[in-house]
Amino acid sequence: MRRLPPPPPSSEITPEARYLRRREILKSVGLFVGTAAAMGTGLVALTGRGRRANITAEPLPADLVVPPPTPAAPSGSAAARNPFTTDEPRTPYEDVTTYNNYYELGLDKEDPARNAKTLKPKPWTVVFEGEIKKPQRVDIDTLLKWFPLEERVYRMRCVETWSMVIPWLGFPLGKLLERLEPTSRAKYVAFNTLMDPEQLPFQLTDVLEWPYREGLRLDEAMHPLTMLAAGLYGKSLPGQNGAPLRLVVPWKYGFKGIKSIVRIALVEKEPQTSWNMAAPREYGFYANVNPLVAHPRWSQAMERRIGDLEKRPTLPFNGYAEEVAHLYAGMDLRMHY
Amino acid sequence: MTSAISTPDKPAAPRGGAGKLGWLVPAIVTGGLVPAVVLAARAARGDLGANPIAEAMNQLGLLALVLLVLSLAATPLQIVTGWKWPIRIRKSLGLLGFFYVCAHFLVYALVDQSLALRAIAEDITKRPFILVGFAAFVLLIPLAATSTAKALKRMGFARWKRLHRLAYVVAILGVIHFVMRVKKDVTEPAIYGAVLAGLFLIRIMDWVRKRGNKRGAARG
Repeated sequence: MRRLPPPPPSSEITPEARYLRRREILKSVGLFVGTAAAMGTGLVALTGRGRRANITAEPLPADLVVPPPTPAAPSGSAAARNPFTTDEPRTPYEDVTTYNNYYELGLDKEDPARNAKTLKPKPWTVVFEGEIKKPQRVDIDTLLKWFPLEERVYRMRCVETWSMVIPWLGFPLGKLLERLEPTSRAKYVAFNTLMDPEQLPFQLTDVLEWPYREGLRLDEAMHPLTMLAAGLYGKSLPGQNGAPLRLVVPWKYGFKGIKSIVRIALVEKEPQTSWNMAAPREYGFYANVNPLVAHPRWSQAMERRIGDLEKRPTLPFNGYAEEVAHLYAGMDLRMHY
Repeated sequence: MTSAISTPDKPAAPRGGAGKLGWLVPAIVTGGLVPAVVLAARAARGDLGANPIAEAMNQLGLLALVLLVLSLAATPLQIVTGWKWPIRIRKSLGLLGFFYVCAHFLVYALVDQSLALRAIAEDITKRPFILVGFAAFVLLIPLAATSTAKALKRMGFARWKRLHRLAYVVAILGVIHFVMRVKKDVTEPAIYGAVLAGLFLIRIMDWVRKRGNKRGAARG
């Protein structure tokens, strides 16, 4: 008769309590992992934004593009200052086209690039009206053939204290206004963005009063630095940058650069402007870049050039004082901010 | 913001663990630190968009606000549901909030302002927006410093509780700071403000109810 193996000594038998707890421990590990993962993903989903969209834009027909004007400086002088083309490093295309304020396409900086698909820049008509001798409606393709497109590299200073250097393609607004022949009553220029919630879906919200409106004094509008842009970096404007036509006024805060323009009217009285209507204490009609006049909630003395870690001092009139300061001679710029 | 405050002390947990929910606090702390790791990884990859410093500050500030509001939700949640576990994670949530407030302030002071002390001092004194955020940060320090059981014992429960009511003030300041930061659209900060108001309302209703019960009992 075979003998059964001896039973294991009782000291080797796992106590029942511990056996049961082992299951409990496994369950606890599962609960730990599940809860930590849920908490982590929840928080990241709630607070982790800032993903970029991929940008595509068509090149503009090369035959439309000419070099920028050269300054009327003595030829041969190496220090000749050219306000039309700064030689500062250009902000990368990807940054220019994915970091935008265009509330009609979303409120976060990355939203307009993601949402711009709804904006159809063709066909597009711009209306010219008001105190001009030649009121008319013009198709964008016709308009862009009226004037050669110049590349101009301007600094762009946002009222939110960041800045960029952008190579625009466009033409001086003054040339267009000359062609439209302002009457003697024309004192200001008023601009409107397209009003169409199907193309600009955030117009269904009441963040601002739509359509977006901007304005310039006639002498500001006629200044050779002021331009209407149809492209940047040699390509047509992406929707998020204001396709197909936007205003660029390099010595003013970026919000003056109204996007996707459908109407330009010459008027007698100072026109209403969107940010001024929304918060008159914070955003004036002039909105000239001015390091000495703080925004009520933040200083305007410094700015961060996109791509830089350290801030740099902001220059009066965004560095264009030599060209434009005379427009405001005798004005109290603390009052007319 | 410490555990076992408004709940009677539980019997000591069995040796080697904090009872059935021993996994809960480590899980909350681990999960709460995940966004910091994700943010650091994205920063290292250059994946924070065109203005990474502003993006990092925004995310850290928002994380701080979310966690502080969550910590303030513990007691109301317990009042409404009767569950005990929210109280167990309240302190961890508050300290996580403090961690993100510190990170938010450090990115502002060290990176955004490059430690330009004069500019920082000017910001704090001249700009209500910065002052409000800074006040919230400063008020959180004593709360974090007295978050241990030892500190609670030393101060006595009544004094400790009174001090930690500041958590509500801090969260309200956080919401105001958020409102003042946005250029125009206040929807998102308004949501946090509404949640905070709801939480406060639950506490007030509970307080009124308890007071009524006490009176009723005294009269009867």
